Parts: sequence; structure tokens; C-alpha cells
Amino acid sequence: MKKTAQDIFKGFVSLLTGMGITLRQFFKPVITEQYPHTTPQLPTRFRGHIELVRDKDTGMSTCIACLACQKACPSDCIVVNGIKKEGEKKKSVTEYLMDFNKCSLCGACIEVCPTDALQFSQTYNLAGTDKNQFHMDLMKRLQQQNSRDAKLLPAQTAAAVPVPAASEAPAPAATVPPTQQEPLK
Amino acid sequence: MTIPEPYRLLIFLGGMLGFLGANAAYLVYCERKGAGRFQRRSGPTEVGFQGLLQPIADGIKLLSKQVMVPPGADSVLFRLAPLLVLAPAMMGLAILPFGQQIIGRPINVGLLMLFSFGSINVMAIMVGGWASRNKYAIISAARVVSQNVAYEIPMLFVAITMVMITGTMNLEVIVEQQAGGFWNWNLFKVWVNPLMPVTFIIFYICMLAETNRAPFDMAEAESELVAGAFTEYAGMGFGVFFMGEYANIVVGSALATVLFLGGWQSPIGILPGVWWFFLKMYALIFTVIWVRWTFPRTQFYGLLNLSWKILIPVSLFTLILTAALMKVF
Repeated sequence: MKKTAQDIFKGFVSLLTGMGITLRQFFKPVITEQYPHTTPQLPTRFRGHIELVRDKDTGMSTCIACLACQKACPSDCIVVNGIKKEGEKKKSVTEYLMDFNKCSLCGACIEVCPTDALQFSQTYNLAGTDKNQFHMDLMKRLQQQNSRDAKLLPAQTAAAVPVPAASEAPAPAATVPPTQQEPLK
Repeated sequence: MTIPEPYRLLIFLGGMLGFLGANAAYLVYCERKGAGRFQRRSGPTEVGFQGLLQPIADGIKLLSKQVMVPPGADSVLFRLAPLLVLAPAMMGLAILPFGQQIIGRPINVGLLMLFSFGSINVMAIMVGGWASRNKYAIISAARVVSQNVAYEIPMLFVAITMVMITGTMNLEVIVEQQAGGFWNWNLFKVWVNPLMPVTFIIFYICMLAETNRAPFDMAEAESELVAGAFTEYAGMGFGVFFMGEYANIVVGSALATVLFLGGWQSPIGILPGVWWFFLKMYALIFTVIWVRWTFPRTQFYGLLNLSWKILIPVSLFTLILTAALMKVF
């Protein structure tokens, strides 16, 4: 009898404790990200698709077209072409095509790169209606990033960041990747 | 100010329907907002400012859907069941004293009438589940009946206790007896019966079970029974069931307010009136939502155990204790 009464009382107190916990949650701020209205702040180690690292001084890629990434890729989704320019010791990249349909984001290309010319991008708005959208031309992406920065900061960066001439980056076969779209506001 | 009798009733009828409709629509909204807040989400935000037009959008959606009677179902009972859920709740509003003057029809057996109409709710869900010709609906109907038989008993014990203490079934008189500060509310009348707060908690738990609210929503148990008795209902048939559920919550909370929290009496002696009534009533309704989003659904035998092994003995004990104390003093 006494034990039963104690059990009932304890059970009731535990119910009240639970209600207290939920009430505390009630008054805490909402943690939902209203995604299309606000875009999330991504962690720095977010794994988007790969992109070429921009050299701060030249605005160009540091890729030396050694093809290590192409060989390291387990999914065969990278195609790199490079030429050896006059007066330079190393080769430089002319074409960097990546088929994101096949990519498994393993990062083997980034690890193997001797010049640290690759990184994961922060792009995540990657819905598309056509798989051709995901044949990405990373050289073109780099160019677009350069020209966008040139537009944003015309005074300081326009001179410092030379926009690569058309001959250096041949017209890509792939369409513009959807990664360039601005997130919805 | 007195309004001649037929007009007063018409005004009251219109007001009651409006009150019930607005409550059903916006309690769903509050429920969703509340659920969101308890889970640190924001609830509906898209339709209108802060989602305030969401109930209207939901209503239009439900109205635009076809009400289909499944083949082989009893079409008369199938159509009747939603109305049977809603109508008794509306009857309850006619006799509840919202304020000193705001009462549709004061009758001196109001409490009895509320309980008798409250039981129709159970029958309506049973009829709906039975008429659907759906196995989940029938299981749900069976559960509703056994659950409500179990919870009606402690609720009526509490009601008898209250009638013994107040000596009347007239809800207006019960409210008037609780005048003059919150220590005169029945909830705190520990000198009449030291177990008064326990009685209130029993009443509240039974109210949750009678209205089929979580954690006692056996009638709807989505995880086991699709949507229970409402499985086959589409469009406004389902909508009316929903309205009925919220109307029953409103009536249950209002009754708890009248019986235990002093109705329209002010707790501190100022401003008695309808606003205090609504404040208390909505506090109880908020607690209903709060409980729903805190506790998981009980298992069915757990639910029956709670009633038969705890609530009925305790409520019977308070009843006998009250009787003994009244006889002694």
C-alpha cells in the first residue's frame, strides 16, 4: 500500500519533470533555418564538389596538369589537359573537366594533388533537371569567380587579378554549372 | 440590459457557433505553433503573417475535397458520426456560464447535462469507426469504448464529489460559491477535503482521455491504426471530426474551470468577468497541448491500468473521504 502510493507519487513527479523540460524548450529560440528564405552558414570543411584553388596573387590556378588527380579518381570523373608554356618550368592547366554525376566526393584528388590546387567548394544548391548540367568545367568556374570578384571590388582587384584570355581557357563544351546560380532570396 | 427572449437566444446561438468555429480553427493553429515551439521549430509560417491564415487555407482544402463513402459502409451512420461528435459539444456551450450574464440557458442540472452529452462523443466515434467498414477503424472504435468506459468512472466519481461539496448541479451556483479570492476556489478548498488538488488532477487526466487527446489518443494512434476511426473520412467529414475534438477540449476545459478554478471569479478580487474565465480556460487548453507534445502515447493496457488501478481507487477514496468529512463536520 505504502509502496504503491510512493510509486504513484514518484511517477507523477517524473511526469511534472518531463513537462518542465518541454516548457523550458518552449521558451528557447527557434533553431529552424528557413531554408529558401535564409541560407545556412556552412562549416568550413563542408564537402561540396571540387573546385580549383585560386592563387591569391595571380588569380590563376596553381594546377600543373600532372594528372595525379585524374589517375587517383576512383570514378574516372576528372579530365585534365595542360600545356607547357614558353619560359615556364612547369606545365599549366588549360582544361579541367569534372563529371559530378559520377563523383562520390571521396576527396582522393584533393589529397593526391602535389600543389594543393584543389579544394571542396561550398556550393550546395545543386538541383538540376539535366545531367549535362553536372559536367562541370572548373576552369570556367574559376574565370567566373575572378570576374565576379573584379565586379565586386573593381578598384583593388581589377588590376591584380588578370582575367584569363580566351586562348588560355578554350571554350568549354560543358554548360555553365548550376553552381553559379545565386541562392534564392 | 435585457434583450427580449427569442433575440437573445438567436444572438447566443450565433455567438456560440462563431466561438466554436473560431476556436476549432485557431486551436489547430495554436496546436501546430505550440508543437513547433516545444520542438524548437517555428510551426506554420508561410500562409499570411506568421501563418495566421493557415486554418483558412486548411479549411478551403478540406472543403474542396470529396466526401466519399467507402463501398459496403453504412452510409447513414458514416455521415452521421461527425455530426454526433460536434453537436454534443455545442450543446455544452449552451449551459456553460462564461460570465455573470453570459450564459445561454441557465438550468439547474447543468453538470448532469454536460456529462450526459459528453458521453455521446464516445458513441459517435464508435459509430464512425463501425460504419467505416475498415479494420483499423473498428479496432479503434473498440478501443475508444473500453477507454471511455474506464475513464468515465473516475470522472463521474469526481463529479459526485463536487456535487457533494457544492450541493448543487447548477453551474452558475457552483461558480458563485467560489467567489472572493483564489483560496475559495474548489481546487484549493483543502479544509473541505485535503485531496482537492488530487481530485482536480484526476478530473484533468480523465478529461484528456475522454477527449481522446494524447497521451491517450488511442482512437487515432497513427503509428498503429493509420488514423483510427477517422481512416475512411475525407474532406470535411474529417474536418468536422477535428472540429469536434477541439470543441470537446474547449468544453472540457471550460467545465474544469467552472468546477475547480472558480469560473469567472477573479483570483485576486478585481475585475471579475468573462476575461478571467477565458484566461483560465485557455491556460488549461495550453496545458492540453503541452501534455500532448511532452508525453508519448501510452500503451493500451497501460492506459487501462492507469484508470482501473490508480484513478478509480483514488477517486473513490476521495469520494468516501469527502463524505466522511462532511458527515463529521
